[in-house]
Amino acid sequence: MSNPLADMELPEVIFCIGTNMTECHPVAATRLKKAIARGAKLIVADPRRIRLAEMADLYLPLQVGTDTALLSGMAHVIARDGLVDWDFIERRTENIEAYLEHLEQFTPKKVAAITGVPADDIVEAARWYGSAGAAAIFYTLGITEHICGVQNVQSLSNLALLAGQVGRPGTGINPMRGQNNVQGTGDSGALPNNYCGFQSVLEEGHRRKFSEAYGIEMDAEKGVTKVTALHKILDGEIKAMLIVGENTVASDADREHCEKALNALDHLVVLDLFMNETTALADVVFPASSWGETDGVFVNTERRLQRVRQAVAPKGAKPDWWIISQIAQRMGTAGFEYESAKDVFNELCSLSPIYAGIDWDMIETGQYHWPVPFKGHPGTPRLHEERFPSGRGKFVLTDYVAPGEVVSKKFPVWLTTGRRLMHYHTATMTGRSSGIEYLQKEEELEVNPADVEAWGLTDGGKARVESPRGHVDVRVKATHRSPTGTVFCSFSFSEVPINDLTGSGYDPVTETAEFKVCPVRVTPA
Amino acid sequence: MNKPLDQRMTIDGQEVIFAEGETIYAVAQRNARSIPTLCYDDRLEAFGACRLCVVEVEGYRNPVASCTTPASAGMVVTTKNATLDKHRKTLLELVASENPPDADVSPLRGKASQEMTELFTEYGVTGARFEGKKSGTSRPDDDNPFILRDYDRCISCYRCVRVCAEQEGDFAISVMNRGFSTQITTEFSGLLKDSDCTFCGQCVQTCPTGALADKKALRFAEDPAPVKKTRSVCGYCGVGCSVDIMTKGGRIVGIQPAFDGPANEGALCVKGQFAFDFVHHTDRLTTPHVRKEGKLVPASWEEALDVAAEGFLKAKNHDRYATYAIASGRAPSESSYLTQKFIRANNGTHYVDNCSRG
Repeated sequence: MSNPLADMELPEVIFCIGTNMTECHPVAATRLKKAIARGAKLIVADPRRIRLAEMADLYLPLQVGTDTALLSGMAHVIARDGLVDWDFIERRTENIEAYLEHLEQFTPKKVAAITGVPADDIVEAARWYGSAGAAAIFYTLGITEHICGVQNVQSLSNLALLAGQVGRPGTGINPMRGQNNVQGTGDSGALPNNYCGFQSVLEEGHRRKFSEAYGIEMDAEKGVTKVTALHKILDGEIKAMLIVGENTVASDADREHCEKALNALDHLVVLDLFMNETTALADVVFPASSWGETDGVFVNTERRLQRVRQAVAPKGAKPDWWIISQIAQRMGTAGFEYESAKDVFNELCSLSPIYAGIDWDMIETGQYHWPVPFKGHPGTPRLHEERFPSGRGKFVLTDYVAPGEVVSKKFPVWLTTGRRLMHYHTATMTGRSSGIEYLQKEEELEVNPADVEAWGLTDGGKARVESPRGHVDVRVKATHRSPTGTVFCSFSFSEVPINDLTGSGYDPVTETAEFKVCPVRVTPA
Repeated sequence: MNKPLDQRMTIDGQEVIFAEGETIYAVAQRNARSIPTLCYDDRLEAFGACRLCVVEVEGYRNPVASCTTPASAGMVVTTKNATLDKHRKTLLELVASENPPDADVSPLRGKASQEMTELFTEYGVTGARFEGKKSGTSRPDDDNPFILRDYDRCISCYRCVRVCAEQEGDFAISVMNRGFSTQITTEFSGLLKDSDCTFCGQCVQTCPTGALADKKALRFAEDPAPVKKTRSVCGYCGVGCSVDIMTKGGRIVGIQPAFDGPANEGALCVKGQFAFDFVHHTDRLTTPHVRKEGKLVPASWEEALDVAAEGFLKAKNHDRYATYAIASGRAPSESSYLTQKFIRANNGTHYVDNCSRG
């Protein structure tokens, strides 16, 4: 997030797009509710009539996968109606002329035809956002899990730059991070393009720094994403893999392809809490310490570094850092002689400019948001107040890209996937916690009541959902949360492995799968 | 913006400064005066229901509720004397008429559950001075697994109603009837699961008597081991809510939110509050496993570490691009840092990623 969580209580206008915040980030949503109670206006763009949509002053029910068109349409109106923040644009941005010219085509009428959102509502949303003293954007995987995920994010950035809604309290472009430490994992350099602290692997200075730190000549080229890595297994290039705490088989798109790849490895080592679909393919499985059993650091969605602490001793399991260090030491690799999580974290700080001002002891109370570039620096709750990391914020020309697969005669229904309040991901944790089953005991396909009737389904009965990659049978729930022609399913229940169906396309830059859009056929089972 | 502390008043003979708009209670708190309360939660709008926080103000005929009375320049306030103590004790004795002081309130019930019993002790309220009818009817029929609705202990402080409305924004809890017949309830007096309740647990944690209680934690009420609390951060989504993990003898028995948690300020959701049993689940792996003759079988740490290292060494010797690693967005940073270092320091490649790509 560009802005801290506390800023969520400050905007005059809140624009949520592709985020089911009351279910996926419930505690962040409480801050939005307070802002709304105080009089803030809420705009929600989402294909599904989720709780947030019910709370909205203006709800934009866009067709799945049409976010870029909607955002360009809003930007068109901001430009057309004289709501552009020229002072901000002159001081902080570049490429405005080309962008304004590019926007001309995105008239509300044209955008309404693509998105299904009434033109008047697009105009209204643009005016609210563009004329607010402080307006903030919140988004989640509804923006990124598309074939055009990068374009979607760039479109949000364009919109915020155009209206000057960045770098001040109650503004910003705020992705809500979905996992407890997904931010910290990126910070730590578990990426094929960056060393820790988001230091690009392409820069010679970084290459020299890490070649020295790690005692080996580092590549000057980027690595590959895990999506490409699966292909490289089947090509015979990658032969061994270490997977830490991820049920790759169940949570990734196109399960069959994933299983085939992992099966083709000579050597698969997995660290996890439980046996699961992925450990089943492993050559070695290590029992990992869980939350509550480990000391360490989590970095939250607002870039705040917080300590987690061991409350109970694990029964037989060991911390990840210890297991990985032991393997490396047995391979004869130097530099893994750690005695505690603290040692590891302090090394990470010493190599990361964004953590240069902190260490293990300093984050005891969790007051620091990175970047903390030097000792004595107070941390940075709000990004981009004075400048962008690259200097000026660049308007990027984005175009509407249709999903990787679109509905057809054979697969006439849009499937979109996500989480629910009661469960988390593949339910390895929530599914093993007593009481949760009282509230949500099985998966339900959310179908509009009109479609339930039209497709010959029954509320509470079973349906078969099919895509070109596979099929699942699932119980039907008639609900107006789903618009006609679109159904929703979570990926939390192993009995309904919905990712057997997904994987119709991948963003060409991030290689994130299009989990949010998949044409399917729905019939009574 | 906070207003400047540029006004002066006197509390218990001491001159203190305050900002316009502050209540007497807030000023007294800042100056380390101990004023008892039951309906007060500093995250909520002051309510003035319990009247325990009354103080004397020079020139006022009757004591006033300090939580709702704004401080004003030149005010002279007394927070503690024999008259106020007697008044407070009488109020507490009225509370005690429905909540016997000798009844045991397990600290597992909720974070604020000890407030009433602590005041009984402080003010020497031991027996029931007043006898009378009981108000509030418990709901043993609510079979939800998380929240005990023990309204016999309710004192109608409305903290649950207010926290649900003001902090959580769900308005799932409401009040039925008035006066002595007041009853905390939900829409249509039904079960919580049929209301707007999301089982976030905020009502449980603010209840000062344990009338609303953590049903899961109470499973361990009979265990004589003391409750230990460890400050940590929730392991589910990326909001980063601070929690206190409650343990008894090496077992997690419950979770309480940290009211001073910077990300959550005392809020949690149903997962963070109640979905912790997986830690002690019998499905947990307790020993390494190695594949032998096609089957994963238990192995010693020594053997498993050797087999793991051997396989990676073989791949490394074959080609430095033959090894790949995927880090976890669920594990602490130290795990991810070493996962990437494992690849980079062993092979000099960038063949590493994390689970965020989905």
